[in-house]
Formats: sequence, C-alpha cells, structure tokens
Amino acid sequence: MKKVYANASEALDGAISDGMTIAAGGFGLCGIPELLLEAIKDSGAQDLTFASNNAGIDDFGIGILLQTKQVKKMISSYVGENAEFMRQYLSGELELEFNPQGTLAERMRAGGAGIPGFYTKTGVGTVIAEGKEHKDFNGETYILEEGIFADLAIVKAWKADDTGNLIFRKTARNFNVPAATCGKICIAEVEEIVPRGSLDPDAIHLPGIYVHRIIQGKHEKRIEQRTTRKKEEA
Amino acid sequence: MPWDRNQMAARAAQELEDGMYVNLGIGIPTLVANYVGDKDITLQSENGMLGMGPFPFEGEEDADLINAGKQTITELSRTSYFDSATSFAMIRGGKIAAAVLGAMEVDEEGDLANWMIPGVLVKGMGGAMDLVAGVRRVIVVMDHTNKHGKSKLLKKCTLPLTGKKVVNRIITNLGVLDVVDGGLKIIEIAEGVNEDEIRAATEANIVN
Repeated sequence: MKKVYANASEALDGAISDGMTIAAGGFGLCGIPELLLEAIKDSGAQDLTFASNNAGIDDFGIGILLQTKQVKKMISSYVGENAEFMRQYLSGELELEFNPQGTLAERMRAGGAGIPGFYTKTGVGTVIAEGKEHKDFNGETYILEEGIFADLAIVKAWKADDTGNLIFRKTARNFNVPAATCGKICIAEVEEIVPRGSLDPDAIHLPGIYVHRIIQGKHEKRIEQRTTRKKEEA
Repeated sequence: MPWDRNQMAARAAQELEDGMYVNLGIGIPTLVANYVGDKDITLQSENGMLGMGPFPFEGEEDADLINAGKQTITELSRTSYFDSATSFAMIRGGKIAAAVLGAMEVDEEGDLANWMIPGVLVKGMGGAMDLVAGVRRVIVVMDHTNKHGKSKLLKKCTLPLTGKKVVNRIITNLGVLDVVDGGLKIIEIAEGVNEDEIRAATEANIVN
C-alpha cells in the first residue's frame, strides 16, 4: 500500500473533517508538524479539538489555526506564548483543558496502546483531580485519567522510509511518538524520505505500523528562545 | 546578609550527590548547574533528554535541541534522547533522584503552589505536577518572603496547589528548612542572618 503522498494537502484528503479530535506532536515550536498545520488551515476544517502540549505562537504552529478560528478546544499543559490564544480563551470562544504534561503524554500513549484509563499520583490534591475517580494502592492515593483516542494524529519526524518507519532527531521527538500512536490515522511529515532498507532497523524510533501517510517537505523549524554563550566563556 | 540568587543556587547544589539524575526548574534552579563542581550529575530535561549540556556557541544553535524552557542547548557525551511519554515514565516511576524547583508558596505540610494565581493569566502547569508527584526528593529554592514582605512559608497554601505533601526541603535567602512532622525545621541559617529573623519571616509553624 502506498503511504507516500505528494504534499500535505493531498495527505489530508479524506482524513480531515469538521469537529475532529487531532493529536499533534511537538514541544513548543520544536518538532511540530508545521506543514500539516498549514494544510489544515487551507482545508478550512472547523470546530477542531487539538491534543497538543502547546498552542504554538501567534503566527506559527497551532497559532495559525487560532487566527482563523478553526479550533474549538485545546488539551494542553502550557499555552503561555500565544496572545491570540489568551484573547479567545478569555472571551469564551475557545475551550481549554489543562493536563499535566506527563498526564497528557501518558493519555496519548495509553490511547495508542488500547488502554482506556490509568491511575496516576500526578495532580492528586489539586484542581486537576476534581471530579476524577480516586483510588488507593499500597497506602497512596491515585486518580484515574483516560486515554486519548484521536481521529487523526499529525507528527513531524526527521527521516522516514516509504513504509512509514520513522526516525526523529534530538529533542524534536518529544510528543510525536505518543501522539502518532493514538490517532486512528497518523500522517507524518518528514525532512527526508529514504528508500526502504536504508534505515537501520535497530534504530527505528516509531515503527511504520503506526504511520499511514507520509510527506516530505521543507521545514522552517523556528527557534523560540535563542540562547547562546560566547566562545571566550568556554 | 541573606543569600543572593547565586548563593542560594550554590547551596542547592550541595544537595546533589554523585551519580544523581536531577531535574532543574526555571529561574534560580537553572543556576544550580553552575555549582555542581566535580560531582557526576546528569540533568534531565522533561521534553525528552538526559545529559543536558550548556547553551550553544553563537551560530551553533539547533532548532531540534531545546530544553523544557524552550531555550537552545547542547548535548554531552552521555546524552540520550527519548519521547515525552518515556520522559514522564521515568519521572513518575521515581527514577529521577531530585527536582529543584521555584515556588510561590510552600506550607508546613509540604504542599506546594507554583503554577497559578487566580485572576492572573494562567499559562499552565507544564510538567510541574508530574515532577513533584513523581521525583524522589523535591527541593524548593525561593525567596523567604514575597515582594510585599509577606512570608512564602505558610501554615496553609492559599494559591491553587501543584502538589500535596510533596516538598522535602526549602532553601531560601535566609536559610534551609525541612518539612517534618508538625511543621518546618530550621536546618541551616544563612551567614549574617539570625534565627529570630527566620522565625519572623516564617508564617509556618517551626518545630525544634
């Protein structure tokens, strides 16, 4: 079966519709599926729910879908860098569900592994625990969190082969792995598609079974906080 | 003289032992890395890295290599990378020996508040709730009082909590206190500060 598509818009064809829940990889602006987000903007799909650690910035990442008001709800752990997000949230146009970062990652992992719920200590005694089932194990209290089963997952990897095996680069792996696994359909955008056989099977980060469509494209890879040191300090 | 930011960071670095895997929060905790000396400490960055290195030289920044504060960083010879679920599995699984974090309030039961002020724009808890719930030892580094001179070491936190009964030790500009049965215990007093000053600046019950 052919997994490689010509571009992001073609890869989204028949995979996106109004009201969907989309799991997106990335941390801050690092490793975000920037081409697919742009194509989702062009698709005009409305009322989308995004499970994504962050919400991008005003003009990059999920931020571009906030500008066009295509997002109904965000499930995120940190949304600090986005003024349009805050405006829509405070005016009630946008729904927000805060998840602790590890809870969000594990909810995606669990969904991808067919696990509908799990218990965690994270958030016990905080607002996060309100309304959730509490259960004691070995004298400690845990809360029940639910797996995320997304309609669509969009991720960014470094390299893929044409069977969908993915390799990520450095800290750009982040949420891309758990997000990819929890989507009914997963589309991956990569910097380079290489022929099968040219990736070391022992070095695959995400096996192609999780990846249904692949595109290759040019990535801007914006840096959010450019911090450096001077050579003299070394 | 109370400790300054760097002295607080240096004192926090004394808490870290050879061989530890440690997560440092944003602000003064980040400075702790400058004071670990010869100790073999591996820093975790919860976005998916063990063995975090210093900032890159100008022109060598890599968009694919950032820390949890989204700053560009570098790798070391010991570095490993992993995904976010694996990263928080090691945090929740108690594999990280210590977390050094900033705080807005800590109380005498070890409750911690550092993510939300009602009425002020909420940005989110990020990984803070996972860290305080999962890491084996939680060390808070913060000023003893807020900018209005009010104690940050309280009988009961007033802000929404990040975690309940999670803090082990508090390092402030005035000294070091442990969370023990019945309240906080003074472990160390900054040079030039006296015990009465610590007691006066602490709302939480101090036990002997």
